[in-house]
Amino acid sequence: MLRLYTFAAPVRFYALTGALLPWLWLAVALLGAAGLYMGFFVAPTDATQGEAYRIIFIHVPAAWLSMLLYLAMAFWAAIGWAFKARMASMLARAIAPTGALFTVLALVTGALWGQPTWGTWWVWDARLTSELILLFLFLGYIALVNAIEDPQRADPAGALLALVGAVNVPVIYFSVRWWNTLHQGATISLTAAPKMAETMLQAMLLTTLACWAYAFAVVFMRARAIVLEREQDASWVSALRGSAS
Amino acid sequence: MNWGSVSEFFAMGGYGLYVWGSYGVALVVFVVEPLLARARHRRALVGDEELGE
Repeated sequence: MLRLYTFAAPVRFYALTGALLPWLWLAVALLGAAGLYMGFFVAPTDATQGEAYRIIFIHVPAAWLSMLLYLAMAFWAAIGWAFKARMASMLARAIAPTGALFTVLALVTGALWGQPTWGTWWVWDARLTSELILLFLFLGYIALVNAIEDPQRADPAGALLALVGAVNVPVIYFSVRWWNTLHQGATISLTAAPKMAETMLQAMLLTTLACWAYAFAVVFMRARAIVLEREQDASWVSALRGSAS
Repeated sequence: MNWGSVSEFFAMGGYGLYVWGSYGVALVVFVVEPLLARARHRRALVGDEELGE
């Protein structure tokens, strides 16, 4: 337990993530390049959707990340609330804008995919509507924690909103099974054989890993800024500022 | 190899607007968001006292 808390200290977090960042960006570049090469030059044309299906290599990772980042945000917000762990609350705040952006990406690339394949940019079906609600939950969390000036009061309020909203994530995930939707079923299932060519699957997994690495990198960057903003009275921050200017 | 020529690659079988539109939006997000995060970190590093100017 003691060791766990050592890394939870903002100063440790700041140093550790600072060392990690260059490697994370390197991983983003390598995984992204490999995934896009596989997706555009190795994966074959889809038999029914033609080349339009290639949107999948950004659409599916963005949609996965939007849900995962919401759960990560709710998890850290809850930890911060339950144990009064400052770093956990700061991490939840750092995750929210990236989660919102991945949600926007999933919605926009989905619309750009829907128009040529379904003949419409948008329908109010269960999958699309619940993903739109996810965006509003992210925006609601961001607005709420920024509206309350005192972090000691803002963080628990944000955590409550994040936890209540978490019920929406399984709704998004299972929506294509629970309701009749225009949206196609799950691309990947742990129980069924893959429905797509192996190279398509590999390309999608590579771009998903690239998005993961990106999310880690940019969330760490924002979290480091939040640490400095919140801990500005700490001696290590003053020392850091002294050496920076 | 899927493409006979560069123009075929950009045409994406007639879906160029949708495919490149999707990746274009993604590229903008993946460039702008880290720049905003870096700017925020730099502002925080300098400290509030110098923000007034």
